Amino acid sequence: MTFVDFIVTNAPALLVAIPLFAAFTIPAVGKISAAARNLWVMGTMLLTAAVAFILAFRVFSTGTVIYVFGAAAANLAVPLDSGGIPIRIIFTVDAMSAFMDVICAIVGTSVLLYSLSSESRNTNLEGYYALYLLMITGVFGMVSTGDFFNFFVFLEILSLASAGIIAYRIDGGLAVEAALKYFILSTLGAILVLFAIGIYYGQYDALNIAMIAQRMQFSMLDKIALVFLVAALAMKCGAVPMHFWTPDAYSMAPSSATAFLVVASQASLYGLFRVVFTMYNMTMNCATVGWIIIILGVLSMVIGVTMAIPQKDIKRLMAYHAVSQTGYMLLGVGVGLAVLGNTTLTSAYGFMAMEGGIFHIFNHAMYKGLLFLTAGAIFYRIGTRDLNKMGGLGHTMKYTMIFFIIGALAIAGIPPFNGFASKLMIYESVYLFNPIFAIIAMVVSILTLASFVKVFHSVFMGPQLPEYADVKEAPLPMLIGMGILAAIVILFGLFPQPVVDMLVAPAANALANQGGYIASVLGGA
Amino acid sequence: MSRIVRTGADFLYPAILIFGLYIVAHGHLTPGGGFQGGAVIATGGALVIVAYSYTEVSEWLSGKVLMGQEVIGLVGFIGVALLAFAFGQVFFFNYLNASGSLFGIPVPYGINAGELNTGGFVPLMNFSVGCEVWGGLTLVILYMLSGIRREES
Repeated sequence: MTFVDFIVTNAPALLVAIPLFAAFTIPAVGKISAAARNLWVMGTMLLTAAVAFILAFRVFSTGTVIYVFGAAAANLAVPLDSGGIPIRIIFTVDAMSAFMDVICAIVGTSVLLYSLSSESRNTNLEGYYALYLLMITGVFGMVSTGDFFNFFVFLEILSLASAGIIAYRIDGGLAVEAALKYFILSTLGAILVLFAIGIYYGQYDALNIAMIAQRMQFSMLDKIALVFLVAALAMKCGAVPMHFWTPDAYSMAPSSATAFLVVASQASLYGLFRVVFTMYNMTMNCATVGWIIIILGVLSMVIGVTMAIPQKDIKRLMAYHAVSQTGYMLLGVGVGLAVLGNTTLTSAYGFMAMEGGIFHIFNHAMYKGLLFLTAGAIFYRIGTRDLNKMGGLGHTMKYTMIFFIIGALAIAGIPPFNGFASKLMIYESVYLFNPIFAIIAMVVSILTLASFVKVFHSVFMGPQLPEYADVKEAPLPMLIGMGILAAIVILFGLFPQPVVDMLVAPAANALANQGGYIASVLGGA
Repeated sequence: MSRIVRTGADFLYPAILIFGLYIVAHGHLTPGGGFQGGAVIATGGALVIVAYSYTEVSEWLSGKVLMGQEVIGLVGFIGVALLAFAFGQVFFFNYLNASGSLFGIPVPYGINAGELNTGGFVPLMNFSVGCEVWGGLTLVILYMLSGIRREES
């Protein structure tokens, strides 16, 4: 077996094994020298990203890949003597999982490149990078796993690592407070998830998502489990009634880590979609649950953006916009869920709404990551996040300004940036479902634009301030990190159709096709 | 603390250590395992810290050694799992199970006293986790108690 074969065969396992191994060895490697540590972390990230791309390519070209841990063969999901139950931990990577893997790989790499420079002034970086790689492991694990208990384990890995990284820059205790808030809410959410897993295990004797989906009866207990899961995962992704941790956590975390926290939230969003589409699908009343998700989405959009407008802290402002943008994804996918099962409506607009929502996950990760990185670059150079103290930075930080403009126009949904592509799909399809929601979505976009014009003006415009006269442009690695994301923002905005056809449509298909998911693990169907 | 408490702690510490290691070693046969055993050992560390003072204990328990123990445990765990690739198997494949070598006896059927030499690489993983939790949890306790000052008497 050649090396390439080895990578291809074991890609799902390597996706978590490589960053875990590197995270555990960092304290030892860090003893050698700072350069060796940086090389070690960056090499790990590049290797993991390469594995993720290889895996995604395989999934998009040949269909769902499963990987059974500890089995005699990687695709032996159901051992002969197990009575037809997939007893082992299985990674089920379908198009939706591969789609999330790609997002995590791209953002993870550019954020890491950025942090090599942005965190270089701090001490105890072994801890920072170890936590960062654990976050990478958590996201890859959450989106790839096909075992619901394993999902919980990776959710916990991600929550613990995120809490650690939020508290990393202690900042007079403020960051620790934000981390504690995040940690308590995450634990609460994780307990609800664990309770739901217990309900499934008690009823169906199975932890595998495909097995639970196949045996799903939608009893009273399953309804309780559904409520727990929707509440917990909607909280983890920052949907509105449970959004209060996001401004604290996003603004207090180091800027580089904040950009990755966005991806971490989206992994929970993925979990939410996986639960409603793959585990329940048609057994539940899709219209009701779909409407609940739509209402969560609309609330997130409106309240997120209205809370963002009065903010004076640039990262808090962006955090509220992240809440608002999450609303678009919930709205799009919620509309798709509400009409699931009705073939005419699904083909008329339901599927397109899902595509729009899923495409928006990708776009949001790119431009919101970019915006947080530009905010970090500004903080790196002038040491404040207060918009009232900024001004005239356009004179010196030209590239940062350009990247900020790209990100701001993309989040506001202005063509030719990628935010426009996905928002247009959401507007068009949601308009057919209910015109009011489409109008609300457009108004929210306008408010977003207004808010970012204000930020742009107060940060970059105006005469050069005397206290910032010797401010320099951000260092090169930070610019490259931002540049990667900016390039993708523009590229996907200019050519959305190939992306939708190649990545988004298969992902939406995989989400809607419950039978295919079950068949890929259990066979037959 | 008084001489009585210190002497009691001196006697208890090895006993706690042995009990913890017993739980780690029997992880694949009895309730418990690496985490629980490691936690038991860490309570021994807590006992000594309470009985003596932080300054005295920090001379015996070095943070660097505990950190190293943590790294060895974690790398050992993932290393044992990764070693499956060297045998051409999938990740986490239990290559030692029923192999006849270390921990390689097939599990006997029916009621038996519990054969320690079974389980394949599961005991190795328990040892790794035990080592990691021993180091990590003691380090946590050490850091948490580092703020305590000796009361002026």
